[in-house]
Formats: sequence, C-alpha cells, structure tokens
Amino acid sequence: MYFDSLSAALSMDGHGPYVWSAYAICLVVVALILLAPRRRRRNILRRLSAEQKRQQHGQIPGNEGK
Amino acid sequence: MWSFFHKLGSPPWLYRIAGTILRWLLPVTIVALCVGVTWGLLYTAPDFRQGNSYRIIYIHVPAAAVALAGYYVMAIAGAVSLIWKMKMADVAMKSCAPIGAALTFIALVTGSIWGKPTWGTWWVWDARITSMLILLFLYLGVVALYEAYDNKEAAGKACAVLTLVGMVNIPIIYKSVDWWYSLHQPASIKMTGDTTIDPSMLYPLLLMIASFYALFTCCLLMNMRAEILEREARTGWVKKLALGYRS
Repeated sequence: MYFDSLSAALSMDGHGPYVWSAYAICLVVVALILLAPRRRRRNILRRLSAEQKRQQHGQIPGNEGK
Repeated sequence: MWSFFHKLGSPPWLYRIAGTILRWLLPVTIVALCVGVTWGLLYTAPDFRQGNSYRIIYIHVPAAAVALAGYYVMAIAGAVSLIWKMKMADVAMKSCAPIGAALTFIALVTGSIWGKPTWGTWWVWDARITSMLILLFLYLGVVALYEAYDNKEAAGKACAVLTLVGMVNIPIIYKSVDWWYSLHQPASIKMTGDTTIDPSMLYPLLLMIASFYALFTCCLLMNMRAEILEREARTGWVKKLALGYRS
C-alpha cells in the first residue's frame, strides 16, 4: 500500500475530501443504475403473477374493491 | 448468420440470453471494479504535479469514455430501429439512455471535484466540459421524450431522430481538447503515438476503463430485460414466466 496509515489514506495530503467524495458519489450512482432495473423487473413479474392469481379466482383484474 | 439476426429480434431469446450473460458478467464486473478502485486509491503513487487529487482519474476517465461509447450504441440502435423497424433495437436504445446519463453525470461531477484542487475552480465553460454537459442533456432528453409520448412507436421514432441529430456533438467532445486549448488537459492515452502516462498508473486505469465497459453492458442488459418484460406482458411466454415467479 502506498499510504503509511489509515489517516494518511483518508487525508491524502489535503486532497482526501475531494478524492473520497468523488468516489462516494460514483458509488451511489453505480449502485443506483445496477439496482433500479433489477427492482423494476421484479416488480413487473410480481404484478403479473398477482394478476394471474386473481384471474384464476374468477375476478376481473383492475376491478377489485368495486 | 441470418438466423442469428432473426434470434436477436426475438424477445424471449434475447431475454434468456441476456440472463445467461449477466449470471457471470455481473459478478466479474463487480469484482473488477472493486480491484480497480482499491488499486487506484491505495496502491499507486501520487502524481508528481497534482498530488493525490489525480486519483479521481480512475473513475473520471472511464465514466467519460464509456458515456461516449454508450452514445454510439444508442445511435446505432436508434438507426437500426428507424431503418428496419426492429423492436428490440428500440428497446436497446431506450435502455442506453439512463445509463449514459448516469455515466455522464459521474464524469461531470468527478471532473468538477477534481477541478477544485487542481485548477482552483469547480466549473469553467471550457469546450470539453460544455460539450459533455450537452451530452448529459441529450441522454436526459431521450429519457424525457420517451415519457412524453403516449404512443410508444412515435416515441421511439422521435428519440431515434434526436439521438442521430445529437451525433454531431460526439466529434466535438473528442476534438474539443485539441481545438480549444484551455484548462482541460489533452488525452494521455492515444491509439497512435506515445502514451504520456506512467505504466504504474496506466494499468489500473485500463482495468477501470474495461470494468466500466462491462458495467455499461450489464446495466444495458438488465434494463433491456425489464423493458422486454413490460412490452411483452400480454404474451404467453411472459405469463408463463410470471406464473413460475416466487416473490
């Protein structure tokens, strides 16, 4: 490792806040673009599977509660 | 050869093959990103002129490079859907836009943070930075345009036209650092001629660029899978898939 200690790695001779915040923002955005499609796909499958179960029970989808 | 193109246009086949690719590409990408980030942040020497702030290069350059490459993918998909009316090309084009926007955003924000200790300012209206900002608006424009139309076919057509018109921005981004010499430094890695970067810094950078390409591919395939499911929700194969789905 280049740095002698954890605090040296965190401060990076004064550049630490810039470097670490850039990496933190990058991490958040990357996590978002990786998780969003996964969630969307699961929601669609869950919705469709629920719709089919309702149809099997003889209800018209989208008409529940009326 | 033709049967391959035929399969490429088939939603269930594309959905399945994308899933198979993701099963190994996604873990490989995440490991490569972790290795690259650790290498760049902790195991390289600081730049002799910029000090430690240069470490931002390991996310800034890959994000910017792939944001540009992603635009090519989007433009090619747009052209294919416009010319041959291939539905899956339209799916690919729509799926590119949010990822491209996210990567351009990363490039702009990390560049801005890098600029503060290096140039003494968060933002300049430099040609490279301004043309990257236009790229961000082009990506966001495609996302917004899709949402603006009720008729999805018209939306796809409008987005494809916007994407192709936006292509004029791409050579401007590439050439901006040479045409207008300002704060942004010219390219360090060149296909032709000498690369002006030390090997100890080059290897982690190349790893990060490769990882970001893989990241783009993963996100593109994942977005396409979700989009295909939504468009094909009324077909038999999706219904069968949903029936077997355990939430």
